[in-house]
Amino acid sequence: MSARRVIRNISIPDLVRYRLPVPGMLSILHRVSGALMVVALPFVLWLFELSLRSESSWAQLRRGAAGWLVRIVLVVLAWALVHHALAGLRHLLLDLDLGVDRAQARRSAWIVFAISLPLALWAALIIFGVL
Amino acid sequence: MAVGARRLVVGAHYGLRDWLMQRATAVVLAGYLLLLALQIALARPIDYDAWSGIFASLGMKIATLIAFVALAYHGWIGMRDIWMDYVRPTAVRVLLQLGTILWLAACLAWAVHILWMV
Repeated sequence: MSARRVIRNISIPDLVRYRLPVPGMLSILHRVSGALMVVALPFVLWLFELSLRSESSWAQLRRGAAGWLVRIVLVVLAWALVHHALAGLRHLLLDLDLGVDRAQARRSAWIVFAISLPLALWAALIIFGVL
Repeated sequence: MAVGARRLVVGAHYGLRDWLMQRATAVVLAGYLLLLALQIALARPIDYDAWSGIFASLGMKIATLIAFVALAYHGWIGMRDIWMDYVRPTAVRVLLQLGTILWLAACLAWAVHILWMV
């Protein structure tokens, strides 16, 4: 019987040297962005409530959201939503056996980044009032 | 139940159901995002009246509520997967899972309150 190849998990210090392929990068960011949105859900609901309660709370929101901290959080959440949605769509297609081979999976991962990052940048420009 | 020589499969078989529901809720959420984007595009320019008008109709309230329920379920499965992957001590993991359920349930209740305020 031939020797079994040893497969082990990498440990934490290995992470800095570990070259994660693009689909792996997409996948871990899918997880990170999802967790971020769950954690930030009360913050989003708070903004949602301010936006709907009254004319004056809407105005208060427009003033309050002008703070740079709120804007930065909003930009991060906008990126999280776009990345999570597009990476999720890609995962759904993979579930349907579409684009499963390595070259296609790498290409679709690049496509997700090529769409999500400009969209996040666009959202950032709107949130910071440039557009 | 043993599968092959090594793999022992046990459990309550909720894994497949949750896996499927994670995908079903994802489709619901993607559909809702498109619906909301369409409503916003139609209501432009967005001021308070236009924005609150979107959520004033019963149809949009129901659609938004369904989306929030889907979001809570989707978020639960995702966070549960994260805790199961990274938190080994059972007591800590169960506490985190319980906390996640309370977190999402509270957010869902808050969302209902906000929606029916308009």
